[in-house]
Amino acid sequence: MADYRKMWEDLGMDVEMHDQLCAVLPQAFGDVYLSQENRPEGMDYYNMVVADIHGIRPAELIEHQKKGGKVFGTFCVYVPDEIVFAADAIATGLCGGSQFWVPGGEKVLPKNTCPLIKASVGARLDRTCPFFRIADMYVGETTCDGKKKAWEILGEDVPVHVMDLPQMKRAKDIKAWAEEIAEFKNVVEEFTGNSVTAEKLAESIKLINGKRKALERLYETRKNDTLPISGCDALLISQIAFYDDPGRFTQMTNALCDELEQRIKDGVSVVPAGTKRIMLTGTPLAIPNWKLHNIVETSGGAVVCEEMCTGTRYFENLVDETKTTVEEQITALAERYMNINCACFTPNEGRIDDILRLAKEYKVDGIIDVNLKFCNLYDTEGYLVERALKEAGIPVLGIETDYTDSDAQQLRTRVSAFIEMLNN
Amino acid sequence: MNYVGIDIGSTASKVVARGVKDIQFVLPTGWSSKETTQTIKEKLKEEGIDVLSDDTKVVATGYGRIAVDFADYVITEITCHARGGREMAGNDCAIIDVGGQDTKVILVEHGMVQDFLMNDKCSAGTGKFLEIMANRLGVTLQELFDMAAAGTVIPISSLCTVFAESEVINYIGEGRKREDIAAGVVDSVAAKVAQLSQRKSLPNKVILTGGLSHSQYFTQILSEKIGQTVEPTEHGRYAGALGAALLAKEKSR
Repeated sequence: MADYRKMWEDLGMDVEMHDQLCAVLPQAFGDVYLSQENRPEGMDYYNMVVADIHGIRPAELIEHQKKGGKVFGTFCVYVPDEIVFAADAIATGLCGGSQFWVPGGEKVLPKNTCPLIKASVGARLDRTCPFFRIADMYVGETTCDGKKKAWEILGEDVPVHVMDLPQMKRAKDIKAWAEEIAEFKNVVEEFTGNSVTAEKLAESIKLINGKRKALERLYETRKNDTLPISGCDALLISQIAFYDDPGRFTQMTNALCDELEQRIKDGVSVVPAGTKRIMLTGTPLAIPNWKLHNIVETSGGAVVCEEMCTGTRYFENLVDETKTTVEEQITALAERYMNINCACFTPNEGRIDDILRLAKEYKVDGIIDVNLKFCNLYDTEGYLVERALKEAGIPVLGIETDYTDSDAQQLRTRVSAFIEMLNN
Repeated sequence: MNYVGIDIGSTASKVVARGVKDIQFVLPTGWSSKETTQTIKEKLKEEGIDVLSDDTKVVATGYGRIAVDFADYVITEITCHARGGREMAGNDCAIIDVGGQDTKVILVEHGMVQDFLMNDKCSAGTGKFLEIMANRLGVTLQELFDMAAAGTVIPISSLCTVFAESEVINYIGEGRKREDIAAGVVDSVAAKVAQLSQRKSLPNKVILTGGLSHSQYFTQILSEKIGQTVEPTEHGRYAGALGAALLAKEKSR
């Protein structure tokens, strides 16, 4: 591992506190990932990215800034990366998936805020996340009340642009989202000094569609009875997709898919035949949150799909590449992004249709509906999701959890019992 | 052959053997599941059952199941309780298990687990809650129930055991009758168990298992809260261990 201390110091990070995180992450990664048997060789790339997650990519972003480029930090799958890349800027995910950052967030946020928001705010205020230090601007959205107020706290020393996501999906809402994207384009143009032309936007639409296609291809391999990759590994790839250079990520993921497709031809599976196929639905699992996947896959199950922001919600549906004017392209973007079914919309029947469709496509035996503690939207929608699944005859286990390990044994009992139930 | 089910709960460890010998016994889990496991092994030996012999099959369950290093199979308490409960109540039933650390509701249909629920991390609505409150009132669990039966409920509204304890301390400070506080404590546990149960639609046959399962008083209060009869079970605390013993037999076939 290269020494990035100097870079972190220059970024104004609390390096001593950050060292505590660096000290525990390899152990956690080793326990969950390196202990798996029969991993695809193509996972080496992602192992390397995680091993230096606060080093390699941040260094690249800093290089980009030295050449005059801007970096936008984003939190949500509704923010159109295409606009950012079209202005020769880079969009990156921010930190928010570890308990390590939660106490920092709790210093300013109410206790009953979801761990994702607490961790993000903590990572920012404690100065222990390089991505937060690097980003020239944060792009927020109005997907929940907790986030809406968090932007006001985060915006005190870094510019924040908040996109107003509609809460319904009528024609006028899609139009309103297109207007928000157009306004975002203006903000990005002004901030970077680069103009977003139809040519540039066509290029970035292709770039991000390429990433989506690679992820779709990866997920396609998981539909097979011969399961060529574990759920833990697939989740890791989905998580890294938010940070990595999109072009390189697409290339590496396609290379991995070559290997996985060969595995399917050769009948190489990471689990014994008959292992129960589990889909996770619900709130996102930000890196390094591997808790549930690890529990499922060490309790006799295999995770074959995630109906989550770190999963199908990130890559399903492409942006129409045939449009030639900026205005049409923005409409195409709005249509694609408004196709994502998040619990922040009402009504949100589309999400239930998605879950039922995915359950069929991935041949799942059971579903675990996961809710990050205090996410009211997904928790409430869980009632309708579980009812629809029951009606469709698909077994479902509802779980609410956070980033701590205190409930790991209880969760293990529930998940094991669920898998025993499916095996009977 | 002997088939042994060992259920290491947070408070009590239950053992059931079926086969050449038909026995059951219970002992406190204490602070070490490992030590308890050793004691169980010795006790079984005194009864003529050698857990290491090929003629004995052991299934371990309960939160301390991993500590039973001589187990042939490890199965969760949900599956074991369902199997044991089925033996007590038939192939279509609901089992409400109020344990020392958690409360479970298990729905059994055609002899199979069809669905289940467990309480969250918090100890409200579990045996632990009653234990803490009984201690606070300076009585045993049995005395708590006896007192409660003679009292009038005063509401304990806190969801959290720690805060509920403060509420009880306040009542003690105000000089309220112990019987009334006891009635409030039992009522509060029953209300939480009922709340969990009502998240699922229950079949006609509902039984109570776990350490409180023999209590007519508790099942009566619980039945009132749920709005349908919850039957007490004489040996309900052995449901998990019995299920484990039966599964040991079925798994070795």
